[in-house]
Amino acid sequence: MDFKTKKYAILGDRDGIPGGAIEECIKSMGAEVVFSTTECFV
Amino acid sequence: MDLENQSRINALVEEHGAENIIVLLGGAEAEASGLAAETVTVGDPTFAGPLAGVELGLGVYHIFELKDHVDETVWDEQISMMEMVLEVDEIVEEVKSFRDNGSKYNK
Repeated sequence: MDFKTKKYAILGDRDGIPGGAIEECIKSMGAEVVFSTTECFV
Repeated sequence: MDLENQSRINALVEEHGAENIIVLLGGAEAEASGLAAETVTVGDPTFAGPLAGVELGLGVYHIFELKDHVDETVWDEQISMMEMVLEVDEIVEEVKSFRDNGSKYNK
């Protein structure tokens, strides 16, 4: 599977990896982010 | 998983197609990450949200699993610190188990 061609829905975690940080990672891959949020899982 | 986010995921699948979407998690621990993975594969286990009984079968990963695909500098800036403090293996194993058993796409 080619991860670069997929569309990403990001569910970040305030106490783990926030959505914005994951978004930067996906952009560095050249892939598309279609949704990004930071949840509080607790 | 947050009920509003369940609705958003459902809407994204309708818009883009389940085969094109990957849900990417940043959860701090295994259990919560597993619950989110379960919700987007076989449905909301709490039966509280719009994905209750809905088997989307989406591909789901934790960001720790994509390390080899991410630019090294960006990884160091954004992820490496939490990578040192969280239980990476435990989290990844939990998410992978739901993906192996519940994902129909992108696994």
